[in-house]
Amino acid sequence: MLENIGLSFQGIWNHKTRSLLTMLGIIIGIAAIITIVSTIKGTNDQIKQNLIGSGNNVVTVTIKSTNDSYVDLEYGPRPEGVGVVDDEVIEGLLEIENLDAASSYVSRSWANGVYYKNTAFEGGINGIDRNYFSVQGYRLNYGRMFVDDDFKQHKKVVIIDTKAMRSVFDGADPLGAIMEFMGEPFTVVGVVENTSKSNVVINSVNDYYTYTDSSGGTVFMPIDTWSVCYKYDEPRTVVVKASSTDEMTTVGDAAANYLTGAVITGSQYQYKADNLLEQASELQALSQSTSQQLIWIAGISLLVGGIGVMNIMLVSVSERTREIGLKKAIGAKKRRILGQFLTEAAVLTSLGGLLGVLSGIGLAKLLSNVIGTPAAISVPSCVIAVVFSMVIGIVFGLIPAVKAARLNPIEALRRD
Amino acid sequence: MSMILEMHDICKDYPMGKSVLHVLNNIDLSVEQGEYLAIMGPSGSGKTTLMNVIGCLDTPTSGSYLLDGVDVAGCSDNKLADIRNKKIGFVFQSFNLLPKMTALDNVALPLLYQGVKRKERRERAAEALEMVGLGDRMNFKQNQMSGGQCQRVAIARAMAINPGILLADEPTGALDSVSGAAVMDLFHQIHERGTTIIMITHDRSIAEHADRIVHIRDGILTGGEFDA
Repeated sequence: MLENIGLSFQGIWNHKTRSLLTMLGIIIGIAAIITIVSTIKGTNDQIKQNLIGSGNNVVTVTIKSTNDSYVDLEYGPRPEGVGVVDDEVIEGLLEIENLDAASSYVSRSWANGVYYKNTAFEGGINGIDRNYFSVQGYRLNYGRMFVDDDFKQHKKVVIIDTKAMRSVFDGADPLGAIMEFMGEPFTVVGVVENTSKSNVVINSVNDYYTYTDSSGGTVFMPIDTWSVCYKYDEPRTVVVKASSTDEMTTVGDAAANYLTGAVITGSQYQYKADNLLEQASELQALSQSTSQQLIWIAGISLLVGGIGVMNIMLVSVSERTREIGLKKAIGAKKRRILGQFLTEAAVLTSLGGLLGVLSGIGLAKLLSNVIGTPAAISVPSCVIAVVFSMVIGIVFGLIPAVKAARLNPIEALRRD
Repeated sequence: MSMILEMHDICKDYPMGKSVLHVLNNIDLSVEQGEYLAIMGPSGSGKTTLMNVIGCLDTPTSGSYLLDGVDVAGCSDNKLADIRNKKIGFVFQSFNLLPKMTALDNVALPLLYQGVKRKERRERAAEALEMVGLGDRMNFKQNQMSGGQCQRVAIARAMAINPGILLADEPTGALDSVSGAAVMDLFHQIHERGTTIIMITHDRSIAEHADRIVHIRDGILTGGEFDA
């Protein structure tokens, strides 16, 4: 066997040009498939990463109506039958398996009546509990985080994110500045930045709208202070952090069930977990379906390549009739001749597959540099591609190999 | 003396449309262990067919053929390949070396088919090449050697397996007279060491090197004249 493989390489080397031309179909087919697969995988990885955030594993649990109608969670009081998610409920959530942390908050995506000097702040405002920043993955850039007293004493303090800092303060030092919320003065005590969302990769305008909000940033105040400036005790949204990305769905559902049971009476509303994995797979399916058709087209190139291999192997068998005749005369059995030609075909196409994989990887990287489509090399698919090329060689080498094995040694030796 | 080859009533027919061509007719041939036999005949006499049958490349239509005590007549293709591999050393008119292999690899090829390990293969092939006087040409390829040298490589290939019979088909046919004489000398040495040689030729001067000459004409074997 090893002998055969060695001889096959020698044979390929002896006919360099012919071998390369024979392999070309396989090379092109495999390269195309690897390029497509790498691009699909790259896109999918990116979708997943953008939506889920790498390593953050946070699921948002919000109030939904049970009959799918829209529930306005902002600028209004809690709907009837919806209780408050207080610290006790949050404690209860922590009992759920694989749930690492939980936090609740109220929010307004457009904060009305917020000013710094004469500048109106055009962004969102969140009233948050103690755990919010750590669960959501915020990092303190300047100043301080909220402390217990801020909550207990309903202190009028706010923390702003870097985006809000840029949109409102425009380079001025925000720490200690007084902002006006519905006429109430609040002191800016800190600036935070969301570290988990900073690595969203934007490749297109669509991506931009999918992954970013274009507002002027967010400001945060202690949830206990919320009622000082906003009269409503709005329904709270809960974020829970799962121990791993794979656990996000189960943890989210368990948290939603728990919350529904704990704070909601009646059957009109329920807490529901945003299923980011589902969203991700929907987006992935969209990008995949088009690409999969391309794979079929590339498959045709492999078929053509296989037929090319068969053609050349048939020529090779005719050319080497005397060699086959001699080998049979001095004692080579059918099986050995068959093995020799099958090995040659398989080595030829495997080599083609290998070259195809390499050029496919190169092409995917090139495309990702030039057009910006993400590329991720999947090692299993590379291995499968090479193995598949080998199978092509064996399948299309079968007819020539059987022909060679069946040659009559007398006639084969007589041939010139 | 024991017989290495015993043929009785061997016939070989080829169908030619509706009629049948009788290429070999009731051949009786016995060859003793260690004998040097020449089979002579003009072209079309059936001598090549006879050689193919002797060399187990072809099976007779009828008759019995014992090679080294084994009945060859009814063997399968694979069994015949085995017998050729172990018992017959072929020498062809046109050498039939594999041009892309070195002399050593060519000689080692039948040993590969016997399943001999690589190291031993190379040793035995080298020994055979020494024997034919080409110890210094082991890594040469066909295009780097003269016709006479190529034929000696072919003889080394035949002898590497220690065959029961060295079967030569016009071994000097493609050689000049000097190289031809060298090949005949080599055959003598091989014969003296006890190997049975059967040589097929149409050339009387070559045939006369043998101990015994038989003639074949129109598929019928005649003679059995004993020479020197």
